[in-house]
Amino acid sequence: MHEPTLLSVRHLGKHFTLHTQGGTTMPVLDEISFEVARGECLVLDGPSGAGKSTLLRCLYGNYLASSGEIQVREAGGLMRIDVAQATPQQIIELRRTTISYVSQFLRVIPRVSAIDIVAEPLQALGRDAGAARDKAAVLLARLNLPERLWHLPPATFSGGEQQRVNVARGFIAEKPIMLLDEPTASLDAANRAVVVAMIREACLRGAAVVGIFHDAEVRDAVATRRLPLSPIVAEQLAA
Amino acid sequence: MKPAIPLLQVKDLAKFYGNRVGCEQVSFNLYPGEVLCVAGESGSGKSTLLNTLAFHQRPDAGSIRYDLREEGVTDLATLPDARLRELWRTDWGFVRQNPADGLRMRVSAGANIGERLMAVGDRHYGDIRGVAKDWLQRVEIDETRLDDAPSSFSGGMRQRLQIARNLVTEPRLVFMDEPTAGLDVSVQARFLDLLRRLVAELRIAVILVTHDLAVARLLAHRLIVMRHGRIVETGLTDQLLDDPQHPYTQLLVSSVLNA
Repeated sequence: MHEPTLLSVRHLGKHFTLHTQGGTTMPVLDEISFEVARGECLVLDGPSGAGKSTLLRCLYGNYLASSGEIQVREAGGLMRIDVAQATPQQIIELRRTTISYVSQFLRVIPRVSAIDIVAEPLQALGRDAGAARDKAAVLLARLNLPERLWHLPPATFSGGEQQRVNVARGFIAEKPIMLLDEPTASLDAANRAVVVAMIREACLRGAAVVGIFHDAEVRDAVATRRLPLSPIVAEQLAA
Repeated sequence: MKPAIPLLQVKDLAKFYGNRVGCEQVSFNLYPGEVLCVAGESGSGKSTLLNTLAFHQRPDAGSIRYDLREEGVTDLATLPDARLRELWRTDWGFVRQNPADGLRMRVSAGANIGERLMAVGDRHYGDIRGVAKDWLQRVEIDETRLDDAPSSFSGGMRQRLQIARNLVTEPRLVFMDEPTAGLDVSVQARFLDLLRRLVAELRIAVILVTHDLAVARLLAHRLIVMRHGRIVETGLTDQLLDDPQHPYTQLLVSSVLNA
């Protein structure tokens, strides 16, 4: 892995075996290989069902890779870790220091305020609570989340408001690798533009970004490279 | 990257009731500050495993090694009874499903918290009362209730008091047996959030038995799924819930909403 390469995926395969459906096997990814270097934004392209979200989840260790490797360069070190083989403790540590993931939907924690949800990844890196909250406030303000909401738990927020909390949480700790699953899907034009600017800034500071964007305009604005994915069809299986 | 000797090392643990298997072939390591959930349906051996791990009953096979504060890693089977009892009162906690089993219901809330402090050698009445007051606050019970017996408390308050009683000695390992099962849904969220904060703040390792996968998702770093007394699958909590591999885990996950 070259020095600027932060993420290297080789021969990645992923299938699901559905034991509750008579053991049906559903292949989703087959022989996927790519690298992402510092400053790059790799956009995953392809129709629904092509495995874009599945690929992101494999990179985050949320889905188990069925085959292949996912080499990640750990933040601040020269260590490489294969997410496909890592222990739970190693994945938890990688998520703390190296990889952030913005999912489509915010998973709310009862009673925790929006600003604390955003600040938490920075506190996990050892920043004190005050400094982490200050930075969370800056991000939430930039994403135009009304200040009266900051100290409320986001359970009752609208989809767009929750998504902005989620984006702020994903960006606050400035991790070297950022995985974005439709971070702008429920945002209006003004807030989409803010997120586009944040992604570009992340690349400028040297992050490696891998993302899925429904919106063609956003895609064109952030992509430095594209990875086309297509659904696995029956003929390929037989071959 | 991973420092640390495991706090608890379990190898090939088994417990039988006559011919019936309580649990068997259970092996895992638990690291300091790690929250591990044991999930599975009723009768899967979860509670048997928990009671055997806590050495409330002797295992029939296998070993449990614990990193004692003074002696370091020690096979619990070699520990004299008096030292085991000391461990239960100080460096370990055990939170029961029914607070009436884990609290002394007729003595005051303050005494319930203070009892474990006295076990570690505190004798000054004023200090103990002060610490007890502080702990009532931390578990969100009004300090004016310090002299009331838990029999006058609501279910949610009793369970929070049980947490205070167990955590006051700052144990490094706490066992919990379905601590939310007896609580109304309306008070579960408060209890879980409180637990999550305290465990993270004090860096306590927890082994928590639950059949509620949403509780596991919220609290646990790692998950063990049990069936018929054996571990069928283990892994990172969100990975195991979102991409379960074993047929039984898939059934368990698909049987609940929004876990």
